Amino acid sequence: MSDSLGIVETKYFSFAEPPNELTLESGEKLGSITLAYETYGELNKEKTNAILILHAFSGDAHAAGFHKGARKPGWWDNMIGPGKAFDTEKYFIICSNVIGGCQGSTGPGSINPKTNKIYGLDFPMVTIKDMVNTQVQLINFLGIKKLLSAAGGSMGGMQVLQWMVNYPKKIRSAIPIATSAKHSPMQIAFNEVGRQAIMADSHWLNGNYYNKKKPVKGLSVARMVGHITYMSENSMESKFSRRLKTDRGPAKFTADFEVEGYLRYTGDSFTKRFDPNSYLYITKAMDLFDAAKGKPLSHVLKNLDAQVLVIAFKSDWLYPTSQSKEIVKACKMAGINATFCEIDSNYGHDAFLLEVEKEAHLIKHFLQKVYNDIED
Amino acid sequence: MNTPNTEISIDYKIILDIIPEKSSVLDLGCGTGELLLLLSNEKKIKGQGVEIDENAIYECVEKGLNVFSGDLDSGLEDYADKSFDYVILNQCIQQVIKPVTVLDDALRVGKKVIVGIPNFANYKIRFQLFFMGKKPITKWLPYEWFETPNLHYLSVYDFFDYCKGRKIKIEKTFYMGAVRKVNILPNFFSQNAIFIISRD
Repeated sequence: MSDSLGIVETKYFSFAEPPNELTLESGEKLGSITLAYETYGELNKEKTNAILILHAFSGDAHAAGFHKGARKPGWWDNMIGPGKAFDTEKYFIICSNVIGGCQGSTGPGSINPKTNKIYGLDFPMVTIKDMVNTQVQLINFLGIKKLLSAAGGSMGGMQVLQWMVNYPKKIRSAIPIATSAKHSPMQIAFNEVGRQAIMADSHWLNGNYYNKKKPVKGLSVARMVGHITYMSENSMESKFSRRLKTDRGPAKFTADFEVEGYLRYTGDSFTKRFDPNSYLYITKAMDLFDAAKGKPLSHVLKNLDAQVLVIAFKSDWLYPTSQSKEIVKACKMAGINATFCEIDSNYGHDAFLLEVEKEAHLIKHFLQKVYNDIED
Repeated sequence: MNTPNTEISIDYKIILDIIPEKSSVLDLGCGTGELLLLLSNEKKIKGQGVEIDENAIYECVEKGLNVFSGDLDSGLEDYADKSFDYVILNQCIQQVIKPVTVLDDALRVGKKVIVGIPNFANYKIRFQLFFMGKKPITKWLPYEWFETPNLHYLSVYDFFDYCKGRKIKIEKTFYMGAVRKVNILPNFFSQNAIFIISRD
């Protein structure tokens, strides 16, 4: 396929070696830190074509292309590649796994250098701001002074907002998608159900389950709840309706409906790639996130001289359009050049991964303009 | 970005003449962004559009314009007073649900407001209504009664009365026929009118 990146590899960047640990927002110190990251395309001579992609809650550094031997491409492969929205023939794309995660970057499942044991719950609380602070280190390491853009959906969008607030001089543009400047009680509530499911699993053992049996049941239930919130009434109706699974057995409370089977399957497969403690840490980071820290968002965006593209999706009830409009409102009040589009889609929150054609159209032309503006 | 090589319509020409270089402009109901693009290219304005139609927004973004999806009846309250040198309401005030609110908001956020309206007292409309007894259909108002987006019907005189009653200053007026300006009996001969209005 000409529009595929082909085989890609994850790289690792380590920094904040003791005694130069990174001070977290909580005041605690973390080091050393490793970030798993991937890059696609070439950084130009002036280093002006770099775009940072921020992944969502369960995402990772592998945003596009194929890992050797893998059948499935990266999580945003339909948006990143030659000729795609994030065109790797023009731009240098970077994506790193967040700290607190479990897919190559330092997280609760990593070794604590102080004890030479796995952190577990000794891992400090990390915030969206901490995640972004580590990304800045990676960008500096790559020799990039100013990003052409920072883009991401959902929790990725929160990181974009954090970049806008804390590093306004380091970005030429920002693309927060299907996101919020702070979690609503409903969003916190769903995350709390997920956390409670994990902590209620008898195998969780206060987070000390490493080298023992993983609390897969709790994690699986957490994922099932999450998955429901990512879909919409319409998308579930068209995907499952009330169809029954053909292989249902005589036993009570088996997965009779297709939707039940689907949820069990996605829950189970999630447990193979995700650490339950990371689930706790990262969902908490999302819940604690408040880009403006209680102030009006427009005040904290005052120093931003970047162009902003805000995208929301009509059927997304987890991160509803009203939350995107709050971001847009702040841009209006702060006098920021912004574009906002609410894309008509039935996919619910998942739309930012699935409603590719419309999203790609907006992003491609937006980036083109931002890039042209530097060249002028 | 190049200006498309098509004939510029008379209302666009008038608005282009009104707006000074490097003004900040909010175009409400900007459609696919032709006017904003023209103003960006010719007058180097800092432009912002608002448009409700999703496909029109894609075209605006293609043109490199800043645009918000939203309806005009609720989109203006976020702006601070006098945020823009000019607010444009070209051929849309007759289509919003609450024209009073939209005009008040536009006058608040803009130092000046450019309002373009179709004149429902044009002689062709009067004759059609008088002789045929049916909803008038003209080139500039081509809709059947059951498909028209126009919710409010007003004339040049109606707009005068409106402004007088609400202490809105009309700074300048322009009257247009199909292709050129109209100089006599504007309420009778003009098809469209453009007003520059402001409120202290």
